[in-house]
Amino acid sequence: MAKRYTKDHEWIEVDGDVAVVGISDYAQSQLGDVVYVELPEVGKTVSKGAEAAVVESVKAASEVYAPAGGEVVGVNEALGGAPATVNEDAEGKGWFLKLKLANAAELDDLMSPDQYKEFVASLA
Amino acid sequence: MSETKTLSLQLLHTPLHALHLARGARMVPFAGYEMPVQYADGIIAEHNHTRAAVGLFDVSHMGQAFLVGADHATAARALEALVPADILGLAPGRQRYTQLLDEEGGILDDLMVTRPSDPDEDGVLMLVVNAARKEDDFAHLAARLPGNLRLLRADHRALLAVQGPKAVQVVSRHCPEAAAMGFMSAVTTRFDGIDCHISRSGYTGEDGYEISCKATRVRAIAERLLGEPEVKPIGLGARDSLRLEAGLCLYGHDIDASTSPVEAALAWSIQKRRREEGGFPGAARIRRELAEGPARLRVGIKPEGRAPAREGTEIRAADGTAIGRVTSGGFGPTVEGPVAMGYVAREHSAPGTPVVLVVRGKELAAQVVPLPFVPHRYAR
Repeated sequence: MAKRYTKDHEWIEVDGDVAVVGISDYAQSQLGDVVYVELPEVGKTVSKGAEAAVVESVKAASEVYAPAGGEVVGVNEALGGAPATVNEDAEGKGWFLKLKLANAAELDDLMSPDQYKEFVASLA
Repeated sequence: MSETKTLSLQLLHTPLHALHLARGARMVPFAGYEMPVQYADGIIAEHNHTRAAVGLFDVSHMGQAFLVGADHATAARALEALVPADILGLAPGRQRYTQLLDEEGGILDDLMVTRPSDPDEDGVLMLVVNAARKEDDFAHLAARLPGNLRLLRADHRALLAVQGPKAVQVVSRHCPEAAAMGFMSAVTTRFDGIDCHISRSGYTGEDGYEISCKATRVRAIAERLLGEPEVKPIGLGARDSLRLEAGLCLYGHDIDASTSPVEAALAWSIQKRRREEGGFPGAARIRRELAEGPARLRVGIKPEGRAPAREGTEIRAADGTAIGRVTSGGFGPTVEGPVAMGYVAREHSAPGTPVVLVVRGKELAAQVVPLPFVPHRYAR
C-alpha cells in the first residue's frame, strides 16, 4: 500500500498488519541537520495524533505525532548512532517506528502522495 | 511534526539581504531583522567550514555607535560610569569586552568598546551592541552621559565578521595591515581601497576579524571575500553553535538583567583598577561577589548521552535537588555531541561535578565541565 501523509508531515505505510512511520522528506529539509531522535519504548500504545517520538535538529526539538493509533512493535535503533539517516533517506532508511494498528480506518483521512505534494506546494 | 509559520511583516533588512537570498539562505526573523539562519549546505557544514577555513557572517543588524568626547580620558570616564571594564587604560587601537550594568549590577547588554588607532580620532570610542538591545542601550547611554559627550548612532554602517583559521590569509590579501594585528586590536584602514574599521575579534572562538564599513560599501567587501576560495557565507544557526562551543554568552539567554558579570563567569572582563575603585553601577554587589564568590555561577555542562538539553532544562544535583537551569544548549558539531551552559549553585560549580538534566521528564546524566568546549584559537 502506498504511503499516507499527515498535515504535520509524518508518513505511514502499511505492510500487512504493521505500519511503518517516519517524517517526510519535506519535513527533514525544513528541520535541517537531525542530531538526535528520541523513540518510544516498544510495547507502548499511542493514539492517533499523540506524541510518538521527538526529532531534534541543531536548532530545536520537534514532536512527531502518531498518524494512527496502535502499539509500538518496533523502533529504528540505527537512528541512535546515525540520526543523519533521517536527512539522507527520510522516507526509507530513516523510518522511526512500527505500529500494530488499532483501527486501520484511522488512515482514511490522511493524504495520498499526490495530495501531500499539493499540500506542501501550498505552504511555499 | 509541529511547525511554526512566522510572518515576515515589517522586518528590517541589512544591506546584504539580496545577497543572502541570491546565495540560497533560509531567512528567519531575528531581533526585528530578517536574517539568514543557514544557507544550502546546512548548519553543521557551515559550522565545520568556519572551524576549518573561513566563514563570512553578516552582523550588520548589530548596533554600532560612536561615543565622542574632547579627549580619550573624557570619553572613557563617562563610559566607565556605566560599565565595569577599564576603558581609561585602553590603548589606541585596542578593544575590550564589557557590559552595560543596571544599578543592581544586572547586565543590560554586553558590548565591545574600541579605542580607534588613528590619533585624529582621539576622544572617540566605538561601541558594538546587540541588535535586540540597541534601542534600549542607546537610550540608556543618551540619558546618562554627561553633556560634554555625544553619542552618534552609526546606523549607516554595516558589520561583517570573517572567522576561521584561514581568515588571516584571506583578509590580508585585501588589507595587508590585517596580518600583523593582535587579538582584540583594531585599525582604521582600507579594504581594497574602501574605508573601514577592522578589529581582530569575533564570536566563534576562532581567529578572525570584524569589518565595519559604510552600508553602501559592504556588498563590495562581502563579494570580494566570498570570491576567495576559502570563504563561505555562514548563517545565525552556525553562529550560535560556534559561540556555544566557544563558551561565549548570548544576551537574553546566558546573561540578562537578572545575572551579574561575576555570576556569568565574566569577572575576567573587570580589570584590577575597576575592582579596587568601583564607580560603576552595582559596584557594591559585584565587589562583594568578587570577594566572597557569587551564589551561583555560569558553567559548562556536558550531557553524557546523545540527547541535547535545551534552554530552560532543569539542572539537579546527584541527590535530586534543583540547583539551576540550562541557559543555552544544543548540539556541538565540533564536539560531535550535545553541549550546554547554565547556572548552578556555586557549591556544584566545580568541573567534574555530576549533575542531572531533566529532559522531557527523564533524568539524564551530565557533568559540569570547564568552558570552552572547543579551545579558543585566537591570534595572541
